[in-house]
Amino acid sequence: MDANIPLFQMNGVAKSYGGVRALEEAHLRVEAGRIHAVLGENGAGKSTLIKIMSGVVQADAGDMALDGAKILFPSPKAANAAGIACIFQELSLIPDLSVADNIAIANPPRRFGLIDRRAQRRFAEEALARAGAEDIHPLAPVKDLPLSRRQMVEIAKALARMPRILILDEATSALTAGDVAKVFAVLKRLRDEGLALLYISHRMQEIDELADDCSVFRNGRHVASYLAGSKSRNDVVELMIGREYSHVFPPKPNAAKQGAPALEVAGLCWSHQLNDISFAARPGEIVGLGGLDGQGQRELLLALFGVLRGVSGDIAVNGVVRRARGPRAAKASSSAMALIPEDRKTEGLMLPMSVRDNLTLPALDSLARFGIIDRSREQDAVDTMVKLLAIKAANLDIPVGALSGGNQQKVVIAKWLMIAPRIILLNDPTRGIDVGTKQEIYQLLRKLADDGATILFYSTDYDELIGCCDRVLVMYDGAITRELVGAEITEHALVSSAFRIQEPGEIQLG
Amino acid sequence: MGDFRYWLAENKGTLLAVAVFVIMFGIYTGNHTAGFSGMVVTTAANKGVLLALVAMAQTLVVLTAGIDLSVGMVFVLANCLASQLVVGSALETTFGVVVVLLAGVICGALNGIIVIYGRLQPIVTTLATGAMFYGIALWLRPIPGGDVNSDLADALTEQLPGGIPTSLVVLLGIVLVVWIPLRRSEVGRAIYAIGSSEPAAYMSGVNIDRARLTAYIVSGLLSACGGLMLTFITYSGEASATIGGSYTLNSIAAVVIGGVSLFGGAGSAIGAIFGAFVLRTIGDLLFVFDFDPLWQPLFQGVILLGAVTLGSLRLLRIKNRLDLFG
Repeated sequence: MDANIPLFQMNGVAKSYGGVRALEEAHLRVEAGRIHAVLGENGAGKSTLIKIMSGVVQADAGDMALDGAKILFPSPKAANAAGIACIFQELSLIPDLSVADNIAIANPPRRFGLIDRRAQRRFAEEALARAGAEDIHPLAPVKDLPLSRRQMVEIAKALARMPRILILDEATSALTAGDVAKVFAVLKRLRDEGLALLYISHRMQEIDELADDCSVFRNGRHVASYLAGSKSRNDVVELMIGREYSHVFPPKPNAAKQGAPALEVAGLCWSHQLNDISFAARPGEIVGLGGLDGQGQRELLLALFGVLRGVSGDIAVNGVVRRARGPRAAKASSSAMALIPEDRKTEGLMLPMSVRDNLTLPALDSLARFGIIDRSREQDAVDTMVKLLAIKAANLDIPVGALSGGNQQKVVIAKWLMIAPRIILLNDPTRGIDVGTKQEIYQLLRKLADDGATILFYSTDYDELIGCCDRVLVMYDGAITRELVGAEITEHALVSSAFRIQEPGEIQLG
Repeated sequence: MGDFRYWLAENKGTLLAVAVFVIMFGIYTGNHTAGFSGMVVTTAANKGVLLALVAMAQTLVVLTAGIDLSVGMVFVLANCLASQLVVGSALETTFGVVVVLLAGVICGALNGIIVIYGRLQPIVTTLATGAMFYGIALWLRPIPGGDVNSDLADALTEQLPGGIPTSLVVLLGIVLVVWIPLRRSEVGRAIYAIGSSEPAAYMSGVNIDRARLTAYIVSGLLSACGGLMLTFITYSGEASATIGGSYTLNSIAAVVIGGVSLFGGAGSAIGAIFGAFVLRTIGDLLFVFDFDPLWQPLFQGVILLGAVTLGSLRLLRIKNRLDLFG
């Protein structure tokens, strides 16, 4: 084989989702017998890249080549057939089937046309052994396994396909330290056997230990590729950041807020996903939640809003310890809490219902008398909100699903402002909306804070955290690992603390 | 020992249905004036087998996380068709049987194609096609009547030497020829996979469309088998909306009692068969204890509710309340 032709190459690949560019001009060169790490912050295009490589989505432009021959993957099946196996962050296991059934799902061993269960079991045992997970029983149903075991099954399943390229997308995030060591030994052995591995992780020390090559992506573009160890961690952080500021933010107040905290959390824990979280937020403050996506930020907001069961630790609102038993209790006037959810289409709005009905839903009990909705009070409340947020709708009786994404998001925010919340939890509220509406939302948040609301703001966009927040709590593995205050909130500090890269002279929390 | 534990966990629902049936049937024959005699068992078997076949048909679709409201109507259509065609010489009769089964396959394929390629919900699709199938049945047999090859009918609905009901042997044959191979095949595995988690199945490179189409086709075939057996028992055809509707609803109840998850992906047609037997035995029990048959729906409802309650105990363990709605 020609030494100059890499095992896999990707050139000029682009992908947009509904007008938002996720990837443009992406290049990647993967060699056999090497571990290639892909680095980048939230929204850098890493996930889109591997989705294209594994046939989950199709590129809009550009081409891919395997052994120098052009290829197209219309489906995950086609990518599998070409020898690309992917271990996804969201597990691709089928919960009701057994471990062995899952490992052999794509191509089970057959005898006389029927699945040969004994052969399948041997096959599964071999695959589990290859992954270093002999302790998992092949007949156990996947739904009964803990997350870390499922992740090992997922790895065994990918290995059972005898791939030429193995993609690991945060594959170690749910593993215990002992498993990580085992998996690393397996990955190194696979590399020595001549496999190409594409490794995506936010744990820098893992990348240092494993990677031979690294590629950095930023804003959907390939920025640099280099040999592992040839750049300092600081240089790597510099490569990952460097987004131009495209938003306009309202000015922040200079003085830090004083006074009694409106929200105090002490020792909050939930199901291994939230570990000993403590913080306080004062009226008038916008407190950001930072870190890479999926480090427990969503769960923290859900726990405060009473959606999670089995939460331990104390949540105090205005100095009184109370535990909301659900959104209904959380929004009650004693705590007046509102959560702007992440997915407006499923958790935020009833899409077929009218703008008016959506707006007044959380506040209906205050608009009704003896259970009958007072139409004129409803109309007044709706008018106020439509004016306050400048919601653009042809008519308030059209389905909310007919509005643009930005206006839909305004409706979600407005419906919660109806209850005059004093604590506002926001879960990535500007995802997928236009820049103009984003700016209006930033202005509104600052105004609400100035009027005395306490705001907890999770965003995957670091610019927003820098531009909007008075303080940022950076989360990692379900714990708050660092607090950045005022001028400390820089992109450099956010990225390095999200990746847990220590910097000399900086104070570490937790 | 470890293997057995997993086997037990997987077949819990089926075993529970078998146990409930054995107890109920034991009580029934114990209190019947004729006791555990061939006649009593054969009559019970013939009634049970009809619903069991339709329940098996329902199981296939439910496993894919769908629901088939047309099973009862395919059953009635097959009955009407059989009362026209399954007559005459051995050759003509064979031809008739093949046509009836083929009609079931076509009905199932139609459902499958609409659901897969039209992306319509199974419940709406089969509600509509069920009405169409019933319309065709009514057109074939506007008034009850017709005939069936009585040699074949008697052979399949009476007893073998030794008192074993032939209809049970027929059912066993269908299980061995249709269900067991399907359960062990790649397509069968895929049927469970799409019911359990369709995105994960897709991501694993499973052929989703083929599996779903197979599920609907086999469902149509099994309903038609049921309709054929009905013709052999009644010697006639009747386009009755009442029969069709009640078989459809009872098939869903049988599936639930048999431990098949309505969320899809878990359960077995064997469980559904015993679920059907349990439902049929309720009526028999009321009869031997001299209860008014009017009590039957009430008891069926209570047993159904009990079965569903057992299935939803897992909800108590959910830690994120949003998962309750997922």
